[in-house]
Parts: sequence; structure tokens; C-alpha cells
Amino acid sequence: MFLKKVAMAGAFALMGTTAMAAGHGCGITDGRVSIVGNEFPAIQTVGAAAVACGEGFTKNLTADHQQINVAGMSGNPAEYTTAIVANSSIVALMNEDVIRPLDDLIAKHGDGINKNQLITINGQVMAVAFMANAQHLVYRADVLEQVGLEPPTTYEEMLAAAEAIRAAGIMENPVGGAYAAGWNLAQEFNNMFLGMGGSHFKAGTAEPNVNTEAGVKALEMMKALSAYMNPDFLTHDSNATNAEFRAGNTAIMNMWGSRAATLVTAEGVPQEVVDGFAIAGPMTVGGGDTPATTLWWDGWTVAKNISDADAEATFLAMKAGIAPSLMEDEEIRTQAVWLIEGYEPTEAAVGVFAAANAGSIPYPMLPYMGLMHTALGAELADFMQGNESAEQALADVEAAYTAAAKENGFLN
Amino acid sequence: MKNRTFFWFFAPTALAMLLFIAFPIVSIIMQSVFAPHEAILIESENCGPFGCTTETVVDQEAMETLNAERPWGRFAGLEIYTNRGHLATSEVAEAWRTTDSMGAFFSELGDLPFYRAMAFTLTYTFVCTPFLIMLGFAVAVAVNSLHRRVKGLMIFFSLLPMIVPPLIGALVLFWMIDSRGVLGQLVSWMANDPTLSLKASTPLVWISLIVYGVWSSAPFAFVVFYAGLQTVPKDTLESAQMDGATRWQQIRFVVIPHLAPLVTFVALIQLMDNFRVLEPIIGFQAQAHAESLSSFILSDLGGETRQLSSAAATSVLTIIGVAILLSPVLVRTWRDFRGRSH
Amino acid sequence: MESSGVDRRPLSLKIGLWIFVGIWFVIAAFPFFWTVWGSFKVELDFFSIADWTNAIFGRNTEATHGSPFTLAGYEGAFIQEEFWRNAINTLIVCVCVVTVSLTIGTLGGYALSRSGKKYVFWFLIIALMFRALPQVALVSGYLPIFFDWNVWGYLPTAIIVLVAINQPFTLWMLHSFFESIPKDLDEAAMVDGCTQFQAFRHVIIPVMWPGVITTGLFSFLLAYNDFIVTTMILNEGNRTMIPQIAAFLGTTYTEGNVMFAVAAVVSATVPLFILVMFFQRQIVSGLTAGAVKG
Repeated sequence: MFLKKVAMAGAFALMGTTAMAAGHGCGITDGRVSIVGNEFPAIQTVGAAAVACGEGFTKNLTADHQQINVAGMSGNPAEYTTAIVANSSIVALMNEDVIRPLDDLIAKHGDGINKNQLITINGQVMAVAFMANAQHLVYRADVLEQVGLEPPTTYEEMLAAAEAIRAAGIMENPVGGAYAAGWNLAQEFNNMFLGMGGSHFKAGTAEPNVNTEAGVKALEMMKALSAYMNPDFLTHDSNATNAEFRAGNTAIMNMWGSRAATLVTAEGVPQEVVDGFAIAGPMTVGGGDTPATTLWWDGWTVAKNISDADAEATFLAMKAGIAPSLMEDEEIRTQAVWLIEGYEPTEAAVGVFAAANAGSIPYPMLPYMGLMHTALGAELADFMQGNESAEQALADVEAAYTAAAKENGFLN
Repeated sequence: MKNRTFFWFFAPTALAMLLFIAFPIVSIIMQSVFAPHEAILIESENCGPFGCTTETVVDQEAMETLNAERPWGRFAGLEIYTNRGHLATSEVAEAWRTTDSMGAFFSELGDLPFYRAMAFTLTYTFVCTPFLIMLGFAVAVAVNSLHRRVKGLMIFFSLLPMIVPPLIGALVLFWMIDSRGVLGQLVSWMANDPTLSLKASTPLVWISLIVYGVWSSAPFAFVVFYAGLQTVPKDTLESAQMDGATRWQQIRFVVIPHLAPLVTFVALIQLMDNFRVLEPIIGFQAQAHAESLSSFILSDLGGETRQLSSAAATSVLTIIGVAILLSPVLVRTWRDFRGRSH
Repeated sequence: MESSGVDRRPLSLKIGLWIFVGIWFVIAAFPFFWTVWGSFKVELDFFSIADWTNAIFGRNTEATHGSPFTLAGYEGAFIQEEFWRNAINTLIVCVCVVTVSLTIGTLGGYALSRSGKKYVFWFLIIALMFRALPQVALVSGYLPIFFDWNVWGYLPTAIIVLVAINQPFTLWMLHSFFESIPKDLDEAAMVDGCTQFQAFRHVIIPVMWPGVITTGLFSFLLAYNDFIVTTMILNEGNRTMIPQIAAFLGTTYTEGNVMFAVAAVVSATVPLFILVMFFQRQIVSGLTAGAVKG
């Protein structure tokens, strides 16, 4: 274990040197750089490399970034010159109009950024993506082998496998899932709902459309899965779900690709879990062709309310943060499914690639999707506990969403 | 004291409170009666790593002129207060008309998020407070009767649950009541139900939170009562003993009346603190089962889309709740104060 | 009570008392012992995801580290994550909050106790209302302004906010404490020709320490324990201990490093233990001296 520590330290040092190396090429003459964003490993890497471009560049990477990024970019000059966002969270910045189009900066300094990294909204580049993400199947190959089953490709097969594992007495609660009330639960519903062929809004409007057959079927499937989960599933976020998997208590789960690489590297994980750990593409549900998952990207934006010099410095620093040279580092390569040039997929990336190739739907980048997500997260827990019917829960979601959407001016 | 002197003595603290408490309240009240402008939406072609799609976006140019004209947003009056996310007046009226029993009416109410948060907050406040006062009093009397050497040690340990940060205290307990944690195992062994989980059912989560609340606040009651016990007049107690009062009678007729003002003090502080309960809900990850008014505000601020107006409206409603809760105490203080100054 | 009561207590009452005190002791202290014990284990043992007895014997810890105890959590928190920086920030915040808050609080509390005018009542009531406000409601009011002024994220901002939030309680405590100091004292000094401030300085300050220390301890606890203000106002580099622990936990970054949080939790409680050990008497005697009489 001590050796592993040394290796880790070495990797960190290496990270530092690559960042330094990138620093020389940042080409920033003057300007201010201040980053806000989420805090998972890949973003830490990008942030560290960007900050290394200059003295006094700062980063604030925190799980609460969404509570502060809009406020922190609304002032003039903005506190943060860049926010690292995903396709869900860029919407809040777009709605408040605090980020600037990047077309001119791309034209000037855009070399080394792939075309497919550019997030174009209404004809203007608003963000530069650096990684892709999706939820997909993670399973224990050894356990499935024991019950003589192939890895499931549909949620119906997942249920059958769960029953087989339970019946064989291997595990009491073989299914894992990040079903924590709130954001996570809503996200699992989104997956299942899209997989069932549903769409959250009536076409072209902000009217909710979840209280439909697809919605009811999605909830019923989630309920059926929860019967094979740890009874505390409504408190399990992806951390807790992974902990269950590491402890050898669950065998099949739908998990984020960005978490797959490090899933079994923690200390004290039993050997059979390490050996049996395997990943595969996302599953379909209800006979549909579209996988029951969503595609995500993470990328960076540049604040609107800052001077052009600051914007240019920020662009260059963030570009250095996603420099192709980072991809030479094995440790960094496994942290995510990078969209950066020179990235060769590692084994941990197969799930996300399978999701993209199977025609999964990107998480809807609509101005009012965040309100829908919040409403789902708040109102579905009642159904999962068996306190009310699926129809009632979905009616509550629509009512909660409608109230919030009216308040925010999306419906009248 | 002259008004002028009073002013100079009082100015620094008043300024601090004015700037950091009074102004934010005013800004919250403003936020709660204004809502964002009606969004002007346009269709646009959006492209990214996963290809292009036609999606709806907000028309920034049009919004910019709107915002420049009226930066506070659109005046909503009390609309936000009465919508489904808050007082839900029309939903409540509807439920009142369509349900035929009180039980059905309350279960409809329980479906509305604000009332759900209110129900938990009030239950928590009014169950925790009396229990922690009783426990604190019992511990104070018991510890006070101990030998001097043990006493110091017991006071030390009795204070611990109060002094640890609420979030930490809640986490420590949360880890222990996991269905495989030591307390969770103990409970399920006592209930003779191996699958019992304290985190999975709403009543059990409420009980866990209330137990946490009593555990973490009883020491405050304890220390105040213990301090009070040191000032119980010895001669009254001795004369009561002479008159042949039993121990219980001594407590009932001498000690409790002496401590009565302290009970008011503890109750006041604890009612206020419990009404804004937040950390245990976060620590226990209990949002599926219990929302308090404070956690309700926090989730409005922390979603994918911030709902400032909604958070502000809930805040104002909470402040009104606090005022109602404190009104008996306020009236009493007013009487005291008049009694003293005359 | 004690002096005359001890010897004459019947045995049954004594036993009852001891049992009650014993149970309370376990309730109050056991969670801390348990957590301290567990902080030297690996995650799988501490959370006893496989079997609860693992938390006691540390089977997975032994399998990983060759001994049922490990300092890995502390090493990770303090060396890898530099938790000591957060500890220093907490120290700065606490010392400043207590100093500033007591300075302006004693002046204000003294003024309130000596005025006797009708508006004093309303000041006290407003302070009480302020005391009862949920802090989360206030914080959303601060954010836009702090960002506008570019003061968001820094320790002084958090200190000022905590001082302000702390004032109502400080004022109440000190007001009732000063009420218990006879007015004749400073009035006599003023008859001798002192101004109000001189009277305060030479007569009141020397006798006010018991109440001030107790109030200071409560201010300290408020600053030390605050979660919501420090989480929302401090940026990553300036975090105090509590938001850092929250960050250790609710995050994907520390995947598999939850033990950092447990070690940090234990570390954050140690100073409080010491504090109470030293100031236990002041907490009790300060309250006795009159701070809670009002």
C-alpha cells in the first residue's frame, strides 16, 4: 500500500510537471483567470493545469458550484471569468446571459480544439467541451457467471438476473442504483423515461408531458428494481451506491462512466470484487431501441461581464487546461472519456462509447429542464416509498413544475 | 443614559445588524414579490459532441431590453406566496371542497411541499423542545447530586453533544444508525426484524431526527439548569426539609419554581433553533422523508435552476412563522419590561 | 442540596441515580468514542457494510494495512488534502469573531442595560427576531451584493457576517448580565465626574469578565460550528473546517476517501474537547452569575 502512495505522489508530481510544461505555452500576456466548477477528478486536472498558467490565477472547485456560479458571474466585472459546466448546468448561465460567445477567440486561438468539442447554440459557440459522460451497466462478471447469465442488455433482463442472484442466495440486494431523493432520483427517472420513448415536454412548448404512459411505465420499472435494492436506496447517491458495490453487496447497477475507472481502486476492496468488476453499454427498457440513459458533456465557458483581455487570458488558460499533452499521462487518461485530441480510450471508457454509439439521447439542454429535474427529484420519492400511485406522483410533478415554470416566466 | 450616549454605545452593533441582517431581509422581501420576466423563447439549432438538435433557447437580446427596462423583474405581488410551491391557496381550497373527512384533507395537504415542510418543522420543534427540557432537567438534578470528583467529569461529557458542530453530530449519528451500523443493528435486533432500516421509512426517519435533536440540545438545557441549581436558596431548601418535605416535594415546590424562568429561557432559545432545523436533515440525507423550511429554501437555491423568488417567499413565510412562534414570549417580555421600568 | 443530602439518600435512590447517570453518559459520549475508534479503520470497516462487528475488530483494515488500526485517514486528510490549512482558517475566523463580537456586543449590551428608555424593549425584541431567523434565508440575500463588491470568498467577509449574525444572542446575554451588575456602581462613578464611557471603563469592565467569558464561549461555538454561512461565502482556498468536511463527504472527488472526512471530524472535535475541559467552570459559573437570569 505504501508503494501505491508513492505511485500516487509520483502521478501528482507528473501532473504538476505537465501542467508546468503547458504553462510555458499558455501565451498569456496579462489578464485575470478565476475558475468555478464541480470537483470530480477530471475537472481537478483541468483546473490545476489552467491555474498553472499564471501567478494569481484561482480556482474554486466545489460540489456547490451551481449555487454560486450565476451569482459569481453576474457582477461587473464578474468574480469568475470561467465556469466549468455540463449540458444541464450551462442552461442556467444561458438563461441569465452571463457567458459570452467564443467565436472570435476560437478564430484567433482555436487551433488544437476539435470541431466536435464546440458547443454551438443558436449559431454561436458558447462552450468548449472536454469530456463526455453517460450512465451505463457496471456488473460483477463472476456473480453473473455463477447464475449462468449473460450481462443484461435490457432492464427486463436485469430484473431477471437480480431474481436469479437472490434466489441462488448469493446476494440479498443485488441491484445498485443512485436513487437518492433529489437530483439522483430524477436523473434515474429521466433515463428510464427517455428509454421508454417519453419526452419531457409537449413538442415546442414548456408544457410538461411526463404524466403519460411512458412515465408510468418508467416509474413502475424503477419500483420493480428498487425491490432488489438496499432498503435505504432513497439515501444512496452515487458514492453510497459505489460503496455497496465495493463491499460486494451488489452485482448489477447503472453507474456513471466517469466513476467506472476508480470504482475498485479504493483501499480494502475484497479481491473477488476487483476481479469480477466489469462494465458494458447502457441497457434498453420496455422493448425500445433507445438506451435508457442520457449523454453528457462537461466543458468550459467564458464570462460575459469581463474585459476582453481577461476573456482572452481565460480562454488561453482553459485551453491549456485541456491541452492534448495531458493525454500522455496514463492517470489522467483514465479519469474520463476525454474529447481531447490524442485521447485513446481506456478500458474504462467502453461503456460511454457504447452509449454514444447506440444512439442515446443527450440530456435535454432546454431553459426549463432544470425546473423539471427539480420537480421530479422532489415529488417522486413519495411514489418510490409506496405512498401514492405513479399517476398521482406524476401529476404532482407536473403541478410542481408548472408552478415553478410560471414563477420563472416560462409558462403563463 | 442619555440618548446621545446610548447612540454611540449602540451604534457599532446596530450597524452590523442593520447591514447584515436587516438589509438582506428587505432584499428578500423585494425578491419575493418580483419574479423573472416572462421568457421569450426561440427555436435554435444546437450542436455539440453528440451531433445537432433543434432546441428551444431564451432569446437573450429580447430579454436584455426587458431587463434593462425593469431590472427587478416582473411584479408578481403575492402570486408566488399563493402558488403550489408555497401556500397553495387554490389547491388547499380545492382539497377542502372535494374531501369529505379531515383525514383525507390532511393527506391532500401532505402532498403539497410547503405544508409537508411545515408539518415536519412544527413536529420537530414541538416534540424536541419539551423532551430536551425534561431530559436536561433530569440530568442536571442527577449530576448535581453526584460526588464532586465525578461531577466534573460528567459535566464534561454531558456538554459534548451540544458543542460539536451540528453537522458533525448528525453525521456521527447517521453513520451509526445505518442498517448495518452499530445502532441500526441494535434497533433491528431489539425489534427482532433483521431487515428493519431506520432510513427507509418516514416515521422512523422522523423519530431518528427527533432523537438527534433531543440528544444534541439536551446539554444546553442541562447546563442552564445546572447553573440554576447552584443558586437554589439553601435556607428555603433546609426549611422545607425541616418541615418534612420528601425529596420529590422539595424538587416540586422549591427547585422547579426557582428554575421556572430558566425553563422559559431554554424553551425560547430551543424553539427558535429547532424551528430552523437544517443540518440534521442534510447530515441524515433525509430529504426523501423530511423537509424542513430551511432545507426547503436550500433546495430552491441549489437546484439546476436557482429559484430565487421561491426561496425568498419561503424565507419570508418562515420569518412570519418565527414571529408567530415567539409572540407569547414577546408579550411576556413586554410585561416584564414595563414592570421593571415602572 | 449536596452537602446535606448526600448521606441521607436511601440506597435505592442512589442506585437509580447511578443507573440514570450511567445511561446518560453512554448516550452522550458513546457516539464520540465509537467515531474515534472507527477513524483508525478503512471505509469498509467503519461503515461496516459487510458486518457490524468489523467496525470493532477491523478485519478489512487488517487485510489492507496488516494491523487493525491505520492512520491512513489522518494522513490523507492532513497531508494529501492539507486539512491543517482549514484548521488555521477556523482559528482565524473564531478568534476574530469572538473579539469583534464581544467588543461591540459589550458596548451595546451595556447601553441597553443602562438606558431604561422604551426603545430598548424594541431593540431587544428586534434582536430576538433576528436571532430566530434561519441563516439560509439571509445568505441568499448576501450573495449578489458580495459578488458585486468583489468581497465574496474571503475570510474577513465571513467574519463580519458571523459577527452580525452573532450579535443578537451576544446582546441578550450581555444585556441581562449587565442588568445584574448594580447600577449604583457606575452611577456613583459618574457622580464623581466620570463620563459614561469612563464609568464603563473603570468600574464595569473589571467586574464583567465572568459574563463576557461565557458569552465569548458561545460566540466561539457559533463561529466554530457554522455550516451554512461558511459554506456559501468562503471559496475553496479559504474554507474553514466544517465546510471542508462537508466537501470531503458530499463529493465524488473523495470517492473512496470518506475516511478523510471521518478523520477530519475527529480532528475538528478535539479542540472543542480541550476548550470545554478548560472552560467548563466558566460556562457554568458565567451562567450562574446571572447571564441567564433575564
